[in-house]
Amino acid sequence: MAAKVKEKKLKKLRTRGHRVVLNRSAGGDGGIAFMLIILGAFMFLPMYYVVIQSLKPLDELFMFPPRFYVMKPTFDNFGDLVTLMSDSWVPFSRYIFNTVFITICGTVGNLIFASMAAYALAKLRFPGRNAIFQIIVMSLMFHSTVNQVTHFIILSSFGWVDTYLSIIVPSMAGTMGLYLMKQFMETSVPDTVLESARLDGASEFRTYLTIAMPMVKPAWMTLIIECFKTLWNSGASIYIHSEELKTFNYAIQQIVTGGIARSGAGAAATVVMMLVPILIFVFNQSQIVETMGSSGMKD
Amino acid sequence: MSQTTETKRPVKRSEMSKLRWTWKEMKRNKTAYFMIAPFFLLFIIFTVLPVFLSMILSLTDFNMLEFPEFVGVTNYTRLFLQDDIFILACQNTLIFAAVTGPVSYLLSLLIAWFINELPPKIRAVVTLIFYAPSISGNVYLIWKTLFSSDQYGWANATLMDLGLISSPILWFEDADYVMGLCIVVALWTSLGTAFLSFIAGFQTIDRSMYEAAAVDGIKNRWQELWYITLPTMRPQMMFGAVLAITNSFGFGAVVDALCGFPSVDYAAHTIMHHLSDYGGARYEVGYSSAIAVVLFIIMFASNVVIKKALSKVGE
Repeated sequence: MAAKVKEKKLKKLRTRGHRVVLNRSAGGDGGIAFMLIILGAFMFLPMYYVVIQSLKPLDELFMFPPRFYVMKPTFDNFGDLVTLMSDSWVPFSRYIFNTVFITICGTVGNLIFASMAAYALAKLRFPGRNAIFQIIVMSLMFHSTVNQVTHFIILSSFGWVDTYLSIIVPSMAGTMGLYLMKQFMETSVPDTVLESARLDGASEFRTYLTIAMPMVKPAWMTLIIECFKTLWNSGASIYIHSEELKTFNYAIQQIVTGGIARSGAGAAATVVMMLVPILIFVFNQSQIVETMGSSGMKD
Repeated sequence: MSQTTETKRPVKRSEMSKLRWTWKEMKRNKTAYFMIAPFFLLFIIFTVLPVFLSMILSLTDFNMLEFPEFVGVTNYTRLFLQDDIFILACQNTLIFAAVTGPVSYLLSLLIAWFINELPPKIRAVVTLIFYAPSISGNVYLIWKTLFSSDQYGWANATLMDLGLISSPILWFEDADYVMGLCIVVALWTSLGTAFLSFIAGFQTIDRSMYEAAAVDGIKNRWQELWYITLPTMRPQMMFGAVLAITNSFGFGAVVDALCGFPSVDYAAHTIMHHLSDYGGARYEVGYSSAIAVVLFIIMFASNVVIKKALSKVGE
């Protein structure tokens, strides 16, 4: 009797294409599409406008009213960017070098330190393990800029103010990457595999390096983009005074605030800056989403 | 009587052995500590230590040059009783956080849910569109172009074209608009890590649960969301909430870039700004530490409250 009712109910569920679609009304689908288009436009149009601005020749930049398309696209703004920057007394290439150098050092350091710690926290049972992880989770609850003043005092006691170290070293202990890596290792590295490696006589460090790490490649990419986006986008820092140590992002900010005449070059610089993280994300999206599947927090 | 003494003794002994056991375990797991050490050491120095240092320095008068002088709670009384701008900053911060926190959180959840209803190929593109602003650094400066104070900005041009205004509005220099605009821009950049976490969470839910639920009488997608999807997603929602709170309190840089510092009439002045003003510009480290401690307490309190609320989802 119960089985009959069940069958009847399942028959009622409409099918769409080849898979069963449950509890979906056409009106609801339309509503969702409508909402996505409205919200998507809000998200997308400013991004699109940056790109359009960067391709506009000067006369189109000053057109009234401003247009959301470009009539004679040109790469002049990108050229202007280079000339504009070469006029400054710190060469353009220096800002780029600073950003790239800081980003690579910090991200690589974070990947090594955080994944090592994540492995120990996820896969080894030792006293203090939970306490350590709890403290790290707690740090996710506040924004690091709250610490800026005392952070500065500590950096200056090391004599690191106005050096690359002031940005690179603290970023190596970024907790977001560690958190995501640890959660992912817990679900996707089976203990039995590690156990058999240990039985074969591999040291714990070797097991981490040759067994666990290759299994969590998706989490690498996630950690890298988490650390990368922070460092790549770091702008004016209160820890850096020297012009020749400042980042590309800082330089852009100077151009963009330079007024309407520079808005084309400013847009060009923004496009250059945003292209890199977006490309990294595009090529690793499925891996990142896979890692995020285990990002949940259990109270 | 003799029984109680007998039960006491083994407990005591086991406590002793527990200590020794712990020590043994620690020695056995030496490698684990070595593996954590580099990260944890840096974490302690650059994250934990600053917090405690703030707490200690908040009770002192310190200008970075002379040795800090203990002043008790003077900094706190000054903060709440004499500093009108701090009270204003508190108001702004709470308004900003109360709007951007919940709205960005619900937006992330809702959009992730919508996206999950799409076919897989379109899903990747749509995810990118929504996620891109949060990883693109200071691309949000484009809002300054869109809302620039001359007629070349899109907002002014459109309003003037329609004949709604006769002269350009000074968007980011007008106390009436600053807060609203900053909230919009903050929301625009807020679909970040939590949003991805939600997307992943929706994807990992077992489809057979929906089939079972449909048989059990779930009638539409809203019921499905409330009774099945959200309870299964609770860990992700917890994670997302933590990030939403963190971000909603730490948005100072966006305001600086858009409105300059200080913002007009302190209209978008937040606790974070007040903190960097006293700590960075005036070298009143003790006072700024007190501000930091207040902000800490607000952040942790919000976390506790939100977590309590979230544990009721789907019940």
